[in-house]
Amino acid sequence: MKRNKFSVFMILTVLIVGCVLLAFNGLSLGSMRIDSVSDSIKLGLDIEGGVVVIYEAQTDQTGTELAMTMEQSISVISKRVNELGLTEPIITRQGDNRIRIELPGVKNIQEAVDSIGQTAQLEFVLVDATNQAGSDMTRDEFTGEAVFTGELVKDASYGYSEQYGHTVQLEMDGDGKELFREATLKASQMTNYGGQIAILLDGKVISAPFAREQIPNGQAVINGNFTQVEAANLAALIRGGALPVELKEIQSSLIGPTLGKNALDSALNAAQIGFILVIVFMVFYYRVPGVVASLALILYSCLVLFTMIGFGATLTLPGVAGIVLSVGMAVDANVIIFERIKEELGNGKTLRASIDSGFSRALRTIFDANITTFIAAIVLFYFGEGPIKGFAVTLMIGIVISMVTAVVVTKSMLRSSIALNAFNNKKLFGARG
Amino acid sequence: MKITQNYKIWFAISLVVIIAGLAATLFMGLNLGIDFTGGTMMQIEMGKTVEVSEIDKLVDEFNLDPDIIHAGAEKTEIIMKTKESLSNAQRTEIFSKIKESYGLEDSAFIGAEQFGPSIGSEIQNRAMVAVLLASVGMFIYIIFRFEMIYGISSIIALMHDVLILVSVYAIFRIPVNSSFIAAVLTIVGYSINDTIVVFDRVRENVTKMEKATFTEIANTSLKQTITRSINTSLTTLLVIGALFVLGVESIKEFAFPLMAGVLVGTYSSIFIASPIWVLFKTAQKNKKRSYPVKEQV
Repeated sequence: MKRNKFSVFMILTVLIVGCVLLAFNGLSLGSMRIDSVSDSIKLGLDIEGGVVVIYEAQTDQTGTELAMTMEQSISVISKRVNELGLTEPIITRQGDNRIRIELPGVKNIQEAVDSIGQTAQLEFVLVDATNQAGSDMTRDEFTGEAVFTGELVKDASYGYSEQYGHTVQLEMDGDGKELFREATLKASQMTNYGGQIAILLDGKVISAPFAREQIPNGQAVINGNFTQVEAANLAALIRGGALPVELKEIQSSLIGPTLGKNALDSALNAAQIGFILVIVFMVFYYRVPGVVASLALILYSCLVLFTMIGFGATLTLPGVAGIVLSVGMAVDANVIIFERIKEELGNGKTLRASIDSGFSRALRTIFDANITTFIAAIVLFYFGEGPIKGFAVTLMIGIVISMVTAVVVTKSMLRSSIALNAFNNKKLFGARG
Repeated sequence: MKITQNYKIWFAISLVVIIAGLAATLFMGLNLGIDFTGGTMMQIEMGKTVEVSEIDKLVDEFNLDPDIIHAGAEKTEIIMKTKESLSNAQRTEIFSKIKESYGLEDSAFIGAEQFGPSIGSEIQNRAMVAVLLASVGMFIYIIFRFEMIYGISSIIALMHDVLILVSVYAIFRIPVNSSFIAAVLTIVGYSINDTIVVFDRVRENVTKMEKATFTEIANTSLKQTITRSINTSLTTLLVIGALFVLGVESIKEFAFPLMAGVLVGTYSSIFIASPIWVLFKTAQKNKKRSYPVKEQV
């Protein structure tokens, strides 16, 4: 019995040490490879460096109309940003009428803003009968002859008809009418029921409808089982890739890579020292339980980092603060338990009975206290934006894991530590007298 | 432990701080950061310590009246803040001027931030809505798990903490920026957490100590939980304190209000929430009786 309990203690200790090694060094087992935490955790822009720009749409629209406009703007901006070839740009709608653009690694706000604001190049190409064009293909991937460029498109809009569902309507201007007539005539004479007219934005196909007949008046309708959003987006892109609304830059920030790196290094350094101070305090004040709690805390920190990697969460500076706070709460769970155990010991119970009843009483407290904080974290997650969200995410992850480690790990380690005769002394559990 | 009996002292202390804070806010206003007022921040690595007055003179022609401070471990960085929201082009112009004068590289421009004037009030409103919603959510949970009076007392303690924090900002002229909001939000979580631990014990003792007065119950509960309260805030402060001492500028800004929050949160769960619970409970009991009985306080 005693031997079993003791082996639980040892197994858990080995597990914890293993987790720490895994976190620091990663692991390769045959073809399987787990990267170390520092290699695999996603760093936020405030740490990695980059540019954040927030635009506000200058419009009176509201509700679904506004939502549609914003969606179109985001799709246009996404296309342009993707052209920059950045790793993981993030473009999101923020609030009702704002667009937040995060460009990791970009070092110059002006360049980024200019490229987002540039006018896109629109081309119409008559595809040869020998091949077909498809979405996202570049000009090299199919053969055909250029018909005209975007300046000759007067307007593009989206609409709805009983027969075709959601459609995109094009209107050509002046010369465009004639060029378009010729192209559609040629296309309709090709085999099958017509050739394709590919529409390219900045060298990439965004739509490649088949022309069924000659279109003489410069008025074309594209149909293709669009949803309303798809039709609206396509129309927006065809309008020269123009934004459907004027966007005003209301906030921008640039974080140099060294600035963020320094911040992270200093935070990690500080976290380490803080952590060591907490462990020293716990071991000094609570003796054996303090040692157990320290092991649980180390496991806790590793688990938080692994969970963040698992969820693909991004580590930002406020996120670091969230982790720090949740470390505090993880310590709290242990402190509540140990104080309870001390009280039970003070009531004259045996060590084993004190641990059991102390735990069950402390559990209810920890549960209520952490649920209330968790409620706050959820609200922050839904209503906060940017940095506050990052804070809320780590706080939520931290709360859940701290409850698990306190309840499962601390408890089983404490109980099994009784098996060690050397520890079997009430004084080592902090009982006075 | 005569904590709840002396509630007038604790309430008076808090009231003094809050009134001082209100007065400071009224007469001097809060020291609003550029993310609230709108404005621009530029951070430049100069490679050496450069006198603030030199930079001031250099950018004089732009008529910005900027706040310039040193930053970085070696004080070789400067942070320049203007209340005016400068465009990218203007910022580039200012940087070019400094770059030329000191022979810097483009990479010396290590950070910049710009906020339009409208964004601040919006951040404020959103934060306020978040705090209110979080309070309502927690209030409902507490009523569900405890009872009405516990809920009311916790929320009053929570509002007390937020007011104290605002006062600290007003009195010490600490810039109110987005880390302030994070601090308020953290208090909302931490303070309630702390209060619940105390109230949980009160709830337990109410059933155990049938004959005791509410004052006795509250004092016993505080005595039983005070070691935990102190140890927990101490360990949390150790970690946040390390961040405050060793962190760079942006981390310090974040850590300070968190420290204040942890301290105030612990204080209020002991000295505000519990006495309020006693007052409400006693009043409720007196009301229930057909004849008034003076509670032993």
